[in-house]
Amino acid sequence: MNPEIIGQYLPLYGEAAILTVELGFLGVLFSAVVGLFCAAVLYLRVPILRQIVWIYIELSRNTPLLIQLFFIYYGLPKVGIRTTPAVCGVAGLTFLGGSYMAEAFRSGLEAVPKIQEESALSLGMTKAQAIRLVILPQAFSVSVPALVANVIFLLKETSVFSAVSLMDLMFTAKNLIGLYYDTTEALFLLVVFYLIILLPVGVLGTVLEKRVRYAGFGS
Amino acid sequence: MSEEVLTLRGVVKEFDGKTILDGIDLTIRQGEVAVIIGPSGCGKSTLLRCINALEPIREGEILLQGEPIRAGAKNLPSLRQKIGMVFQSYDLYPHMTVMENITLSPRKVQKRDRREVEREAAELLARVGLSDKAESYPRQLSGGQKQRVAIVRMLIMQPEILLFDEVTAALDPEMVREVLDVMLELAHQGRTMLIVTHEMAFAQAIAHRIIFMDDGRIVEEGTPGQFFTKPQTKRAQEFLDRFRFDT
Repeated sequence: MNPEIIGQYLPLYGEAAILTVELGFLGVLFSAVVGLFCAAVLYLRVPILRQIVWIYIELSRNTPLLIQLFFIYYGLPKVGIRTTPAVCGVAGLTFLGGSYMAEAFRSGLEAVPKIQEESALSLGMTKAQAIRLVILPQAFSVSVPALVANVIFLLKETSVFSAVSLMDLMFTAKNLIGLYYDTTEALFLLVVFYLIILLPVGVLGTVLEKRVRYAGFGS
Repeated sequence: MSEEVLTLRGVVKEFDGKTILDGIDLTIRQGEVAVIIGPSGCGKSTLLRCINALEPIREGEILLQGEPIRAGAKNLPSLRQKIGMVFQSYDLYPHMTVMENITLSPRKVQKRDRREVEREAAELLARVGLSDKAESYPRQLSGGQKQRVAIVRMLIMQPEILLFDEVTAALDPEMVREVLDVMLELAHQGRTMLIVTHEMAFAQAIAHRIIFMDDGRIVEEGTPGQFFTKPQTKRAQEFLDRFRFDT
């Protein structure tokens, strides 16, 4: 491995890492919003919306992100919807992540015993108050491990972004290999940069898990 | 006669085509302590859940101080504040301390001042012997302690009637007494109470009136003296016989 080459490549990887983190962060954020909405629809058994959400979740979970990105990037312009690569990346990640987040939130919501809600209602709360103050905080603590796993999964999935010509880490590595054939250095930096991004997420996740671990230990 | 707090007229409850409550008429007056007993599955717990509109009823009406209680009605949250309910499984909020458990509804529902509510909570906790547990989490408490917190959490809402649904059924025997003592004290304060229990000696000690239910109906009513010594119906006699060991 040539340290000089690594030194030359570093700024390029740095830029790509920033793009990966930015788009990944937005994708994760929107996924969480979509997921929470879908989980609420399923939990509250909202008619009609419930069926739509179910179809979305199956569609989203059972197709690869690469295909979803192609569909958004090359397919949607045919019906007049044009997107930039960045918007396409975030939209694709959200489409994929929304279903995973929905399942994580839903499993948390369903883990909270029904009587917790009844207990809150009997103390004069409205259903909305019971959900916000009593159900969601408990559901969240159950969901955290699955949510953290999803965040890591989604950040790794950003490596397919290169397919819609986004200059993320994967794109940069492939590009440099194509240009200079310094395969070892290029791939080494690729691994290192993904680790730099993902390790702190894992550590933060573990800390968060410990902090919210109150549910499931008896009421 | 004192004021009617709770009135049930012809209450019918069905579940999956099965009749759980089959025409219940019941009046609870101010300051009265009524105890419902009866075999498992007779509908006594369902009755309490219906009074709090946690279960919808099919027929009849339930009135709290003259106001109808209906599942799904807009004024239900405000009516429920007047009905204190304690469940068998305590159901404290596991993610909150004892103090937060008690003060959540007064603050968020009744919009009362935090410091005033916390002061009242501290007084009530002292009354049930749990002053040192205000900052504990439910998982750090014994069953009896959790149930006493649940009672305080219900009392701080200043309800008009207190419903107790087999509140000692899940407790270890040595913890039953501490909870029953709290309930006896509430009865002595003149609170209006409707209690479902399997503790016969306790029922005899606390009740002004015993209501015996079987098969979704009220079969017999009377003072504890009458009911436990000379039950009028065969079903009540058979039920009581199951608790005797001297035969």
